[in-house]
Parts: sequence; C-alpha cells; structure tokens
Amino acid sequence: MKVAYWPGCVSRGFTPELHGSMEHIAPMLDIELVELDRASCCGAGVIAEHSQELADTLNARTFALAQQVGSDTMMMNICSTCQGAQTECQERLDANAEYRALVNENLSEYGLEYRKGLLNKNLLWLLVEDYGLDELRARVKRPLTNLKVGPFYGCYIVRPTDRLGIDDSRPRDTYMGQLIEALGGTVIEYAGTQKCCGFPIITMNKEASLKQAGRHLGDAADADADCLVTPCPLCHLNLDLQQPLAERIVGRELNMPVLHLPQLIGLALGLSPKELGLGRHIVKPTSVIDWTTSVIGGVEAAAA
Amino acid sequence: MSEFTLKIRRYDPESGEAPYWDQHTIDLEPHRSVLEGILQAKARFDGSIGIRCSCRAAICGSCGVRINGQPGLACHTHLDKALKGARDGVITVEPMGNMPIIKDLIVDMDAVHWKKVQRVTPWLLNKEPVPEREYVVPRESMIDVTQSMACIQCGACVSDCLSMEVDPDFIGPAALAKAYRFAGDPRDAQQYERVKDLAEDPHGIFDCTHCFKCIEACPKGVAPMNQIMRLRRIATGTHHISDRNNGERHESAFVSLVKGHGLLWEAELLPRSYGGDNFFGKFAPKAGLELVDSLPVIARGLLRRKVTPGKAMLPPRDVPKDARTQIKQIFDKVEGRAERRELNLYISGYDEDADGAEGQHAPEAGQPGISPEESPTR
Repeated sequence: MKVAYWPGCVSRGFTPELHGSMEHIAPMLDIELVELDRASCCGAGVIAEHSQELADTLNARTFALAQQVGSDTMMMNICSTCQGAQTECQERLDANAEYRALVNENLSEYGLEYRKGLLNKNLLWLLVEDYGLDELRARVKRPLTNLKVGPFYGCYIVRPTDRLGIDDSRPRDTYMGQLIEALGGTVIEYAGTQKCCGFPIITMNKEASLKQAGRHLGDAADADADCLVTPCPLCHLNLDLQQPLAERIVGRELNMPVLHLPQLIGLALGLSPKELGLGRHIVKPTSVIDWTTSVIGGVEAAAA
Repeated sequence: MSEFTLKIRRYDPESGEAPYWDQHTIDLEPHRSVLEGILQAKARFDGSIGIRCSCRAAICGSCGVRINGQPGLACHTHLDKALKGARDGVITVEPMGNMPIIKDLIVDMDAVHWKKVQRVTPWLLNKEPVPEREYVVPRESMIDVTQSMACIQCGACVSDCLSMEVDPDFIGPAALAKAYRFAGDPRDAQQYERVKDLAEDPHGIFDCTHCFKCIEACPKGVAPMNQIMRLRRIATGTHHISDRNNGERHESAFVSLVKGHGLLWEAELLPRSYGGDNFFGKFAPKAGLELVDSLPVIARGLLRRKVTPGKAMLPPRDVPKDARTQIKQIFDKVEGRAERRELNLYISGYDEDADGAEGQHAPEAGQPGISPEESPTR
C-alpha cells in the first residue's frame, strides 16, 4: 500500500519519536510512505482563526501535493489535529466549486491545483478501514496480553462527527478500542477518553489547561490503566511533556505513560522500546513496565 | 407500538438523599420523542419525576437533558434513535452537566447559563444618531450573525463545555455566541469595547480549547465555537488587541513562525506567546517567568533527548528552501488582500453535486424549514 504521507510539525519537533516510530513500523506493515516534505503546517485551527482563506490555501496546497503523488493516492497523516484542521478546510473546498477555484488561483503560479475528493486519513482510520485489522493481527509478533491500555482520542479526530464522517457504518470513535484489541491488549474505559487534553490553551490559561490533562490522566489511573495511547501529538505534549506540571496542579502523583499510536503498534510488531523512542518520553514507559526484558503476557521482547 | 426502557437519574437536593437511577418501560411508536417517553413514565408510573418542557417542538429550549451521555433536547430525539446509542438496550436520561440540579432532570439555568448570558451585554448598543426609521444595513453584513441568532438558549452546549468543566468561571459557548451576535452586528456601536472586554477577561474568548463539544451538542446548528473564533478574529485581526491572556501574541507568533519556516517552531512559539511576537520576545520578563515555571519540564525534555538544545534554538528546516519561499509568498498574497474572503457553509450550503469531505451527502443550508439535524452546522 502506497500513501502520500504527511507527518506534521510536532511529530518532527517536540515529539520526534512519533515520526520516528511511524517510519519504523511502515516497512513492517508493507506501507510505502511517500513523504510530503514540501507541505506546510495545517494551521491547527489557529491560522484558520486568523484567516480562513490562508488556512484553506495552505491545506489545498498540501492536498494538491498529495494528488501529485498519484491521482487516486490516499493521503495519510499521523496527527489528529492535522486531520481535524485539514478536514475543516477540505469541507469548504469540496462544498463550493466557486470558492475552490478562488483558492486554487492562489496556487496556480506554482503549477498546483487541488481537485475535489482527496481521501485524507489518519493512520488509525487507514488501518481499520483500508489495511484491515485482520491483516494487522496476522503481523503481531508480541501480543500486548494483559496490557491495560486507555485510548485517549482527543477532540479533532472524533468531533464534529458529521464533518469527520463518523456514523453507524464508520464508527471511527471506536477504532482505538478495536485496534488495541487487535494488538492483544485490554481496553480501559475511563471518563476522559474523548475529552480535551487542554493543550490549545496552555499559553492562555495554563491552570485550566493542565487541570484537564491532570484530570484525565487521574481518571485513567483510577480505572487501572497501565498506559494511555493517543493519535494526537499535541495531546501527547500536554499529557506527557507537561505531566509533571499537571501533577502539581491536580495535587496527585500520576506517573502515567502515554504512547503514540505507532509506538503501541510497533511494540506489538516486536520492535524494541528504544527503536520506538520510548525512552524519550517525560514519563518513561519503562518506569512503569519493563518493556526491555519482558514481558507482556510472558512474550520476550524482540531486542532486549 | 414498541416498548422502550428509560433509565432516569433522580435527585432531590432538598431531600438529603443521594441521587439514584429509576427504570421504567414505556410503550410508544419508535418515532416519538424521548420527552414523550418521560412524560408517559411520569403519567403512568411516577408523578414525581421532574422534567421541564413546554413547546415539544424544538423551539422553546426547555427540555435540554443528556440522553445516553449526549446533550440534546428530549423533544427532538426520537426513541428509536436514542435506542441505537443506548447500552444494553436501556436509554439513559440525565440532567445536563455544568449546572446545579434543582430536581431530577431540571437544572438551574439561572445560576449558570443566564448569568453568563447577562455577562456579555446581550442587547444592541445603537450607533448614533439613531435613524428616524429603520437601520439599513447591507444584506451580507448580517450573514454571519444569523447563525448565532438561531440559538434557543437550551443550554446543551453549556452542559458539555469541557473548559467550563475545569473552569466554572469560563463565560462559555452559549453566552459567547450571543456576544458575537452583537459584536458582529453592523448596527452596534461598541464592537471594540465588547471584544476588548472578552479578550482581556481571563475566562473569556481565549479560554476556549477548540474541543468542538458545543458544535456537536447544539440542536440548532449555532456552532458556538465558530462564533468564539470569529470574536477572536475581530479582537486580534480587526482591533489588534494585545490581551493579557497571550491570545493575540500566540496567534501572531503561530502565524509568523509558519510563514517563516513552513512548519511550526514550538520552542520559539511558547516564549513569544508570553513575551511578544519577535526575535526578542523570548527575552521579555513574562517569557522568563514562564521559562522558570516550566524548568522541570524543560530539564527532563533535554535529559531524555526529546528536545536537543540545537533543535530548540534553530528553526525547523524540514521544508526545502524553494517550498518555504512558496509558502511565504502565499502568506503575503492572501494577507495583502484588502478584503477578507470567507465561506460560511451554514449560509452558503453545499453545491448540489457536492458530497461531504468523506463522501456524505450534505443537504441544503440551515434555512428555516430544514430540521436542525439535517442542517450543516458550519
């Protein structure tokens, strides 16, 4: 399977282990990544808030670059925020031909044009809908037996449901649970699973922001989760990078490791924690579970 | 007729008893509403169930509740649809969140919702001189405010607001949508004062986390979050209000960093949000204070090699130079234009042949006569 791959900014910035782990698991899944290295930041809603036309033009440019890879090639992202912000722009571009032409005008001098109807999917959606969980299950070398994983969806990949195409036939707000089970893990239900991590207001109202992160981490701990997994690197910043500060604000020790989606998959595929950059987290997953020697369900790690 | 089981959360604060669940099986056609189900349970089994309702037609906004955890109008949710979202075939009905309970499904709207609406001066402050006859305004100038005028004050968005959950002082989605209704009205004389007030309030427009809960909750397609974003655009873009909450600086730094490097440069975004959007922003006292506050996190980040000092100091260079130039030119082109080009799907609707981004057919725009459920909310 060949996809036009958009890694995003944060996955190459403050969470380099995300892009790194994606590059590690792709060949093991026979997914060919054609990286869109000329594309720009999706704007994360902030550029759209500043200027709608600017955000729409930047993302139309990214979509056009993806369509250059192959006319019916799917675009894949590994960041919920990219998914949400890009889908918002795409909704406008696809809805109105006149507006699309207006935006494409901004791109014409670079020989780029966005044609309506690009499929842009987060790794999570692609795995469940196109790749297939059976195919994934067949490649699991080290099932995550007895590992209790709390899915942390965040906002951009589950709301608004109509824009994101979530309905009975495509229950995308349940995919994380399905995926964790396919990898052999146990899904933990807790209150914060589809709530906001608080990251967008970290510079505006730090207390309210970290209260959200701290509350959800605490809820997951109370529900007996070993770790959380998230498809969103921005959630990861608030849940992992900021966890020491969140602990201070909610007044309790949390010590909850938070994994990126490709890291969890990589572990099940048999990759070592080091290859997946797990040691780079602020809350080292190794401090909670000794991934190097063990462990989950008595299956030896590939590279101890 | 079909049978449906309703599980209703009961609570009477005056009784001193703890809340509990009550279960009743009612008999109604599947297309009837959850409200009718509750009223039947009340009539047939237990007259003491507390529920507020009036029009039963999704107009008055009285019967806001949570059905299977999701906020909405009880009169506007079909029983069969509610059953689909129910666990173990039991439809749960709870009072709305973020507001104190008066009894059972009735919450205290005065204590939270109405107080917040009053906070935003929810009336027109006329431009002088007042014309002898009606104000005449260009048709297009009212387009965006019509969306917030569709609000029926049911409180569903307030119920689910995730910022309010941790910060009860947050003005919140319903009141801020109402604020935009006047700040965006061309007849209003005090747009600047209104947005300045809301930008400077530590619990104002910059307290919204962009979580889309209110958009999802609203039965009328008001999309309160989008109205909050419009308020921010007026505060930062139109009036350049440099607020104490870092809202304007954050946006400005975000935009100029992406313009300069094609990607976000997080290590520079944070200090500039506090200290100001320029090279020296990170040396400002406010940025320094923030740096000290975040030291434990920064130290661990460096220790774990999550961030290397070199990476933090140097801008991202993942995007090749000629592509960065293209991106810069696009910023200049769009921002250099005098008029703002925008598309509001709530008004424009979708092309007849257009499908949604993910292949869903989208109906016409939110015009009167189209049920809110079918109306695109943005």
